[in-house]
Amino acid sequence: MSIHYKPGKEPHPREHRLIFKNIDRADWDNGIDCYLRDGGYAMLQKAIGMEKAAITGEVKASGLRGRGGAGFPTGVKWGFISPTNTKPVYLICNADESEPGTFKDRYILHQDPHQLIEGMAIAALAVGAKVAYIYIREEFPHAATICEKAIEEARQRGFLGKNILGKEGFDLEIFVHRGAGAYICGEETGLIESLEGKRPYPRIKPPYFPAALGLYMCPTIVNNVESLCHVVHILRMGGAEYAKLGKPNNTGTRILCVSGDVQKPGYYEIQVGHLTMGEVINDLCGGLKPGRTLKAIIPGGSSSKILKAGETYKIKRGAEVVEMGLEELPMDFDTMAAAGTMAGSGGVIIMDDSRDIAWVLNNLNTFYAHESCGQCTPCREGSLWMKKISDRIVAGQASPEDVTTLESVAYQIDGKTICAFGEACSWPTEAIISKFRDELTSHTRPELADTPKNPVTEKAMASL
Amino acid sequence: MARRPLVKNFTKGACCGHPSFHIEPLGIFPDPMSEPTVAPAATDAKPSVEMVNVQVDGVWMKFPKGMRMIKALEEAAKVIPHYCYHPKLSSPGNCRMCLVEMGMPSRPAPGQSEPEKDEHGFAKIQWIPRPAISCANTISEGMGIRTASTMVEEVRKGVMEFLLINHPLDCPICDQAGECRLQEFSVGFGRGQSRFQDEKVHKPKNQDIGARIVLDDERCIMCSRCVRFSSEIADEDVLGFTERGSQTVLTTHPGQRLDHNYSLNTVDICPVGALTSKDFRFQMRVWFLKETPSVCTGCARGCNTEIGSREGVIYRQTPRQNDDVNSTWMCDQGRLDFHWVNSDRRLIDPMLKDGAHHRTTTWPQAVSAVADKLRGLRGDQIAIIGSGRMTNEELFMLKKLAAALKTESLDIVPRTGAADNYLVSADRNPNTAGAGLIFCDRPGSTLATIRQKVASGEIKAVIAWRENLLEQAGFTVEELSQLEVLVAAHVMANAMAELAHVVLPTAAWSEKRGSMINATGRLQRLNKASEPPGNARDDWEVLRDLTQALTGTNGLYLVEDVFKSMATEIPELGGLSLGKIGEAGLPLLPSSEVIPLLHREADRKTRGIIVG
Repeated sequence: MSIHYKPGKEPHPREHRLIFKNIDRADWDNGIDCYLRDGGYAMLQKAIGMEKAAITGEVKASGLRGRGGAGFPTGVKWGFISPTNTKPVYLICNADESEPGTFKDRYILHQDPHQLIEGMAIAALAVGAKVAYIYIREEFPHAATICEKAIEEARQRGFLGKNILGKEGFDLEIFVHRGAGAYICGEETGLIESLEGKRPYPRIKPPYFPAALGLYMCPTIVNNVESLCHVVHILRMGGAEYAKLGKPNNTGTRILCVSGDVQKPGYYEIQVGHLTMGEVINDLCGGLKPGRTLKAIIPGGSSSKILKAGETYKIKRGAEVVEMGLEELPMDFDTMAAAGTMAGSGGVIIMDDSRDIAWVLNNLNTFYAHESCGQCTPCREGSLWMKKISDRIVAGQASPEDVTTLESVAYQIDGKTICAFGEACSWPTEAIISKFRDELTSHTRPELADTPKNPVTEKAMASL
Repeated sequence: MARRPLVKNFTKGACCGHPSFHIEPLGIFPDPMSEPTVAPAATDAKPSVEMVNVQVDGVWMKFPKGMRMIKALEEAAKVIPHYCYHPKLSSPGNCRMCLVEMGMPSRPAPGQSEPEKDEHGFAKIQWIPRPAISCANTISEGMGIRTASTMVEEVRKGVMEFLLINHPLDCPICDQAGECRLQEFSVGFGRGQSRFQDEKVHKPKNQDIGARIVLDDERCIMCSRCVRFSSEIADEDVLGFTERGSQTVLTTHPGQRLDHNYSLNTVDICPVGALTSKDFRFQMRVWFLKETPSVCTGCARGCNTEIGSREGVIYRQTPRQNDDVNSTWMCDQGRLDFHWVNSDRRLIDPMLKDGAHHRTTTWPQAVSAVADKLRGLRGDQIAIIGSGRMTNEELFMLKKLAAALKTESLDIVPRTGAADNYLVSADRNPNTAGAGLIFCDRPGSTLATIRQKVASGEIKAVIAWRENLLEQAGFTVEELSQLEVLVAAHVMANAMAELAHVVLPTAAWSEKRGSMINATGRLQRLNKASEPPGNARDDWEVLRDLTQALTGTNGLYLVEDVFKSMATEIPELGGLSLGKIGEAGLPLLPSSEVIPLLHREADRKTRGIIVG
């Protein structure tokens, strides 16, 4: 059966669409009839005939790594539920897509919610959850309405509710829960706290690993929207077959959200590691804007470390180590890690030579200062301090020492916080300063070095 | 950088000052400066507790399995600075001040069955590059902890710097100054210099959040101790944070106030000057306060306290940790019940009634006046009514006086109220149990009979000690007016003293040394924080002088002598002395009373929620 897409929305020939198969399809809506016509919920039917462990086994065999940002193997995560557990198990779909540069989950929620619901039902069956939640960020009100409608449709058709598809004891209710507009709710334990009706203060680990002490102190699995959708395709193809997509240890497809200075920004589903950074820019995205040269790339959402044009990286290829330039890097988890950054959430931000790196730094610092939850000291105090220093760098009110202080503040946060927000806010600063120190310093004024900027201090000094 | 030894804990923070910590270490701790050695196995460990080996700053030690890292380090006499951690509250791990370097035993190399060992036979430690909070992590076999490495020093410097950048430097007018963790750890672990050049975040100040509490949000370091105390201990979930990031502010929930009867404990545990007590703020710099360990006499719980006084004036009373009595808490009502000590309504001179008015007199004249008035009466014409607020020593002397007067009408005035579900006892007398032990009777049981005999005229003389009989005891002005002799020994001017023929000014609980027995049968000691005002005297001395005036016997010069004498007569006190009671008190009488707050604390400890 050939699939037709809306004019101008056709996938690029180098894409490999699994998850986004139905995105921008002609004659497609997000209703259940459409999904069923296309063979929808057949994999749930298949899962019902399988042992729970066998489903998890397929996901493990597929090598699927979480698409939310951390890239943790999904099947392994499911396996963390203790076999002797007697408490209820919860499944949570993390639809708090809030990493700047990332915009893949919203398309699934808007255009293909049943794919997600089917994936969640299979996952719930595998981990033994009878209640699941879709935690949707506040900024997706439409998606929440769509998901609620889709859940109701699925329930009408017997894909949700009691004794699903006639399987005795397989009950599942899915609830949509809307966030209130905080980035930190994307952190899984912050999300859980929020779901419990509290401030989304991330929990300390240990002891609060969600698989042991999650929602309401019960075992909880939190998966990203895209990750859960992959489960449907893993069951369809079989774990081993799915694992042939992509590269070893970097299997399957993933959706790249490309933004910034390219001709055709947008979403592209590719086999992991099959395209290089240069191919993403030049083939998928139609290249840089005319007359521009590449300056830098943030490869996996705003918290991933920046990669600078002209850098070279030592990357393992098989047994040998190869030196590669930025545009030669294949887009996969392991290569990005080897290049000192991360594949993260798939948000690729391309910057050309028109961009002022001090402005970029300040933009990121401003975002993180605004989003720090404020629970633990280094991030609460450090994120705003970083913003204040970078404000001055952009305004030409900083001294070269301020750049050094800024870098030191970032390292004072990095690794000292309760959750990964500490790294999320400090890594961009660390990387930008280490790679663009000269450009940042060019914004500064050495004569400001000994000038007190604190107005209170200034007043005090003046009165002496 | 040299570290000053921060061994003594904050009196106000009452955080890890449990006496058992110092006297019951788990093992012998060698000089930390020496080369790595192996500590001998703990000898006092109960056999049922599984012990694990942990290397602390290069020295292998044994600790009970599952012990919280911060507790183990405390037992190893390591100073771990912290703000949010409190042993009686859950550990949120938010301040990041207690971060330490942690390592786990290395695994065998590929192809090997055994990991590489150190010279003591333990697997070599694989140090983790990321620091770990010691407040919420537990120790495990073969673990290594470094508390003074470069990494740890850098981390502490960083956290201190962060905590200070937005903190107002208003120490000169801050009540917390002198007992502020921010000041203390700044000196001990800070950078010494600020790199912050921007404008600080401004937040609400001088917030009236409760009847007895003022909040300065700019000073708050968001440790959440007060939030957790209110919800976990006081069951009044009234505090929380709003806004986020650096703008986070502590506040009360809409429509709520921090008004519960335990609210002032939040001021004690606030590591900075964010929460201050309306009663104490701006009254006195804390470093001028002399702190005297004492016991609250507001009810039979006998919460252990510290009285803060300067030059004879009491400025505050704070709870002192005693895990068998009050944990680290006390109620606001008991805590603030001291202002009368400083009051100008105190009785300061002995007085004799001369016609319709009292005139001041000297103690010898007052004592002989009482003796003269009583000498003509038979024992059954005299009653002595004491108080459950008197010490054991005073009650014992009261009994001696009764014997000298040959009267059997001797009792105390019961005083009751509603118990709460925390610490407050229904018995509002602090020493009912002492009265029971010394009088060998059920305290208060004969009071009605005495009153009847006073009303009928059978009793012609009443000595009322530390009780205004017109109040709790229910005597009427008419009944007391018809007495031939009414002697009132009290601390405050009152309506009954107006009727008395002789008025004897005595000492408040904070002005004397002595012992009491609380509702759970625990013998505890009061210590003298200040002198009685004017010519007021310690009660036991007045009682001794009265007895002497009647019998001529002697031999008691110190309150210690009274206790000694008491110990020879009362078997339960055999072998004890006032000194032996110690600051933590001693269990003395059997009791089945359960202290609700301690019961729940024990449960939380069992479940591992708190370190305890």
